[in-house]
Amino acid sequence: MRLNVPISVGGWGRFFTRWDVLAVLLILGLLVFLGEASRHLLQPLSELQREPISLDPRNLPEYAARTTLRMLLAMVLSLIFTFTYATLAAKSKQAERLLIPMLDILQSVPILGFISITVVFFMALAPGRVLGAEFAAIFAIFTSQAWNMAFSFYQSLRTVPSELDEASRNFGLSPWMRFWRLDVPFAMPQLIWNMMMSMSGSWFFVVASEAISVGNTTITLPGVGSYIALAIEHRDLAAVGYAILTMLVVILIYDQVLFRPLVAWADRFRFEQEPGVVPPESWVLDVMRRSRLIDRLTEPFASSWRRLLIAGWWKEAVPAKREARPPQHGWITFQWAAVLVALTALALWQVVSFVLQDISVSDVLTAALSGLATFSRIVVLIALASIIWVPIGVWVGTRRQVANFVQPVAQFLAAFPANLLFPIAVSAIVALRLDPNIWLSPLMILGTQWYILFNVVAGAAAIPAELRAAGVNFRVRGLLWWRRIALPAVLPYYVTGAITASGGSWNASIVAEVASWGDEHLQAYGLGAYIAQQTEAGDFHRIVLGIAVMSFFVVVINRVFWRPLYLYAERKFRIG
Amino acid sequence: MSNALLDIHALRQTFPRADGGELLVLDGIELKLMEGQIVGLLGRTGSGKSTLLRSIAGLMPASAGSITYLGQPVLGPAPGIAMVFQSFALFPWLTVLENVQLGLEALGLPDAEIRKRALAAIDLIGLDGYESAYPRELSGGMRQRVGFARALVVHPNILLMDEPFSALDVLTAETLRTDLIELWGDGKLPIKGIIIVTHNIEEAVLMCDRILLFSSNPGRIIREIAVDLKQPRNRLDPSFRDLVEKIYVAMTARTPTPPKIGGAAGTVATSIDTRLPRVSANLLSGVLETLAGEYNGKADLPVFAEEQHLEGDDLFPVADALQMLHLGEIEGGDIKLTDVGRQYVEAGTDDRKKIFQRQLLAYVPLAAHIRRVLQERSNHVAPKSRFFDELEDHMSTEDAEATLRSVTAWARYAEAFAYDDDSQTFSLENPT
Repeated sequence: MRLNVPISVGGWGRFFTRWDVLAVLLILGLLVFLGEASRHLLQPLSELQREPISLDPRNLPEYAARTTLRMLLAMVLSLIFTFTYATLAAKSKQAERLLIPMLDILQSVPILGFISITVVFFMALAPGRVLGAEFAAIFAIFTSQAWNMAFSFYQSLRTVPSELDEASRNFGLSPWMRFWRLDVPFAMPQLIWNMMMSMSGSWFFVVASEAISVGNTTITLPGVGSYIALAIEHRDLAAVGYAILTMLVVILIYDQVLFRPLVAWADRFRFEQEPGVVPPESWVLDVMRRSRLIDRLTEPFASSWRRLLIAGWWKEAVPAKREARPPQHGWITFQWAAVLVALTALALWQVVSFVLQDISVSDVLTAALSGLATFSRIVVLIALASIIWVPIGVWVGTRRQVANFVQPVAQFLAAFPANLLFPIAVSAIVALRLDPNIWLSPLMILGTQWYILFNVVAGAAAIPAELRAAGVNFRVRGLLWWRRIALPAVLPYYVTGAITASGGSWNASIVAEVASWGDEHLQAYGLGAYIAQQTEAGDFHRIVLGIAVMSFFVVVINRVFWRPLYLYAERKFRIG
Repeated sequence: MSNALLDIHALRQTFPRADGGELLVLDGIELKLMEGQIVGLLGRTGSGKSTLLRSIAGLMPASAGSITYLGQPVLGPAPGIAMVFQSFALFPWLTVLENVQLGLEALGLPDAEIRKRALAAIDLIGLDGYESAYPRELSGGMRQRVGFARALVVHPNILLMDEPFSALDVLTAETLRTDLIELWGDGKLPIKGIIIVTHNIEEAVLMCDRILLFSSNPGRIIREIAVDLKQPRNRLDPSFRDLVEKIYVAMTARTPTPPKIGGAAGTVATSIDTRLPRVSANLLSGVLETLAGEYNGKADLPVFAEEQHLEGDDLFPVADALQMLHLGEIEGGDIKLTDVGRQYVEAGTDDRKKIFQRQLLAYVPLAAHIRRVLQERSNHVAPKSRFFDELEDHMSTEDAEATLRSVTAWARYAEAFAYDDDSQTFSLENPT
């Protein structure tokens, strides 16, 4: 349905159309929000003590605004990190050898584990001011967003189509111009998708990182997370309910105003121009595009951006590339490799000696055993979630109308921070006197099971119509249909979803295996509980031990199980 | 007296191979481009013509020899050499106008000048009215026009074209070609010389003043043919057809001595390491049947190619395959069936497979080698990697992969041996 912008409707219509009004409202709202929220940042820490978090629901909008601002700041940091780190790794073979494996490992370290260590560091950076605590929280959120964005950008940089690359070099584009005219636009669709997934995933950590307590250092930053923490302390179910409601609204707004417009805007950068693919839509983006006022306002920015692109500095032409000649560079590669090995050995020795200072073999054993406990929980949970959601996902995905409705809902559910729902479950467990070891477990997969769902839906929707028609024509039904058509087609997508779900569950275990309701403290036996306990006790050596063990588990499982499964699924079941 | 725009002397290009050795792609290239000339580089895929073009454009440094442009050696992308690409290479997120302006922006010209020149180029090439369109909204022909406009707008001395019309349908390509020749003839193009790479023989004769014929693996210039016909050229003109025939003959001529590794088109496979053409058994059967049925076993190559809609790049691999299997032969510009070929056409499906297997094992050493190895092993199974490594010693990874795929396809049709892609192994599962 196209809404026509009136060219001249006499009078005011010539200057302002309805789109202009909407656009202005949206932008003003954004500016007010930013202004309000930033005002608080520079206040001294003592302010926080004087105005403690209150459970009054009328504070919730302000808390929500602060939470969102933290998220956005972390995203800006993540973008800067992505553009520098990934570009360096893509353009320099030497750097790549170090940076990419590092990124891989960073992706596997549990993020909540990071917080325990970095909080003290950041508090020391800006002592006595709220800023330090904010830094710590923002850094924690940054670590939950940056890695997959960096990976996506790095991969895009390495797969730039060779003809566009040659055209850029042929016309003498400077490296700066080439970066902004070719590399970044080409990477945009994947990058924006990853950005949005990152932001969705990090609501969980935003909420978790606002009430930080490491040993004696405790900070509760004003925000939805600390509101919930306080509600838990006071056993206030109603307050929990208000917080959940607020978060629902916030994520809805984020989805409509940020997620969908950006994904729709990034569609113009899509490289393969297949006709007939329905582009994503967003009403906010349409408003922005059709408003002439916005057009006029952004024109000066657009032209100064163009001038910046063409900037005279850094103009020397890119010299002809040469494929790396292994024999000639052998000596340099060898030296560099030696340096890397030395550095890694040094780092490893540092970590090990630090950890081993206070640790005995029994500690390591405790950590390993609890790791196994958590591992077995996760295996069971992923299996259960798969059994439930894969059939449903396939059913939904093969019916387009239903899929169009379910997909955004599933994405929304995946974004919603599940830790806001924990208190309800925990209060029930306490009230009914259930065994935490069994009943705290489902919390780990509460938020992450949706990844399985929406990936499977996407996979089922992607089954080519012709294959399905062939199935109908040859009367393939029932179990045979599942075995031969549905499951194989969906397998690569399922594996992607399951990898995310499993990684997310490890993270969630740190806040799910230890839970409290008022004075009651519940604890399950597992690695997440171990790390949470050590964080509370402020025992750095054991915190690092716990994190190391968890990272070890994640890395090994990824290498030994998920990655080969993914490669197998890709090879065997990729269509076309 | 026109000046030499480009002077290439003894150019050699090598690529590093996976095992550390070198793959020779171009050998001993001599080329001189004078002002006001269109030079065509004609050859099959794998003859290194695109590599040569990219070397001229400064996108690849030369392994040996020299490339001199306007008296200066080419060490990198030089101003005044612009390229038009086979798949257009337009930036999907820029409009037509922005795409055309790209080169001018890189030159750092003032905004007003950029806009003026861009609009003039768009007008010249026939894109008026499309300035704010995105490439995804344009057809192939329009996209290539944008590519031309983008190259012309920087007023280059040399225009390099890399198979510019091969991604377009026949009629669109014809329109663009005639437009281009017209503009060139009227002196409306702000360029001094053109080098065009193509695998379409008629296109080369239609457009070029001089044609250089390339052999494959490695790429060498085997002939230079001057085209003195006046523009506009007519395909049906007898001198035109003579030239086309001359080129077909030159490109399918058999070299007297057996080559070491691959060689010019039309040679017979004599070793395990010959690159095999990727031609399906279906296509071979079709060509043989058509030859027997419609041409009584012998046809003039260019005529056959045109009537069966087989362009150079499709026809030469078929001709190679037929000669390799001794089912057909090329002689003096004609393609004809051998006696075995005739037997093949007259046989039923089962007998055809038997004949094919016989020819395959007799004349394609790689197939015989694989089969022998399979027979020698007790469980009659061998991994693909064993043969892949052998091939990779003598050719690039892609060529090795393509050769193995070719021999697998033929062997499957001939039921000489079987292949399982899951386990990546050859076996004698279904021997006849």
